[in-house]
Amino acid sequence: MSSVLLRSAPALRGALRVSAAVKPAAMASTSFVRGKATLPDLSYDYGALEPHISGKIMELHHKKHHQTYVTGLNGALDTIAEAESKGDFTKAASVAPLLNFHGGGHLNHSLFWENLAPASREGGGEPAGVLKKAIDEDFGSFDAFRNQMNTSLAGIQGSGWAWLVRDKQSGTLQLVTRANQDPVTGSYVPLLGIDAWEHAYYLQYENRKAEYFEAIWNVINWKTVASRFDKA
Amino acid sequence: MVNFGNILQYLAVQSSQNSLSGEEYNITKMAVTTYALPTLPYAYDALEPYISGQIMELHHSKHHQAYVTNLNKALQSHIAAVASNDIAAQIALQPIIKFNGGGHINHALFWQNLVPASAAEASPEAAPSLSAEIEKRWGSLDGFKQAFSAALLGIQGSGWGWLVKEEDAGLRIVSTKDQDPVVSGEVPIFGVDMWEHAYYLQYLNGKAAYVENVWNVINWKTAEERFMGTREDAFKALKASI
Repeated sequence: MSSVLLRSAPALRGALRVSAAVKPAAMASTSFVRGKATLPDLSYDYGALEPHISGKIMELHHKKHHQTYVTGLNGALDTIAEAESKGDFTKAASVAPLLNFHGGGHLNHSLFWENLAPASREGGGEPAGVLKKAIDEDFGSFDAFRNQMNTSLAGIQGSGWAWLVRDKQSGTLQLVTRANQDPVTGSYVPLLGIDAWEHAYYLQYENRKAEYFEAIWNVINWKTVASRFDKA
Repeated sequence: MVNFGNILQYLAVQSSQNSLSGEEYNITKMAVTTYALPTLPYAYDALEPYISGQIMELHHSKHHQAYVTNLNKALQSHIAAVASNDIAAQIALQPIIKFNGGGHINHALFWQNLVPASAAEASPEAAPSLSAEIEKRWGSLDGFKQAFSAALLGIQGSGWGWLVKEEDAGLRIVSTKDQDPVVSGEVPIFGVDMWEHAYYLQYLNGKAAYVENVWNVINWKTAEERFMGTREDAFKALKASI
């Protein structure tokens, strides 16, 4: 279960490279070694997304919230491993909601950090090349896509995420929302995620979440999105 | 499953009262109830230091107001959709009515079940019958607080924790997601808002501290009254705000 969740989506590999912490020596020493999830480093400073996302938000979001998901995921995996070793499958199954929540939280945030970038570097602007062409084809135009994504974000009732995904079945781009930390799975490959939890914007934007949804386009890393699209 | 409780009930009553025009229904003349933001029974900063004045002001004047505004808008649209026999539009409005109607109900109940820590109502002694029942069910007030706090901290995402009275089961702790309202027939005794906007400006990611501190501002007198009364009694505040 855990390896499926951690390895199914090709687009997640980049995030996993950063967070995989299995030492080869440890691998060799036992017949079964499970990789612990670890908090990935950000490729930019906490303050680097200002003024669009404040440094304080980024620091809490990464160091506290994401860390809690990492800790919770490892805890859930430990409980499952222990239950498995005792043949207690009822216990193992009871951890499923925690695995989904914390595992999803870890995956979602790992993808999120990488699809953001400082506005002074790769952040903002518009996609180019084949990605731009696909967006134009499936949404009409980049502006239409952005408006639809913002409508999806604004329509989330409670905590959740909106994603630009590629549907492997139809081959088209789509917008999906997910409640809480439910990860994007199945035939959808996540290309771009935007966190609509209140902790992602509240310290700076308070109840004015529409302003956050406008501002975040200044720090979207289209290079990352394009590379996920290429691999999808 | 939750239903829309008295908001839709009220809507139904309104429509039967107002849509009779002569011998036939004149559904376009149907008037819809307009809900209003209830005033707080205390000042925004009265719950300090446990809940900051800034949180309370935003929470009441912005968040709760948005639920009220969007509920009224959705109910108006619903009337139009009924008038035009647009069943698809009516169905599309249901989750919006539930979310915003739930937000209005939950917050209206919440403000009433909070009180400044210095007030006599903030002591569980203001709820003798409820306290006795809580001790019977959870062994002690502390045992109950632990169980309730654990339920609050176990919520994944946005939601609420409630102590409710059910006709058969008696007192029970339930948690609900997003703005799902407790309107399935149970009596809400008190609720605690676990949306991040309820605590983030003051407690940041430290929600356990918020959960610990909120006990200082629970209005046990209101809780006792709701415990002794019926569901209709508990919804008094909401009805007064129509």
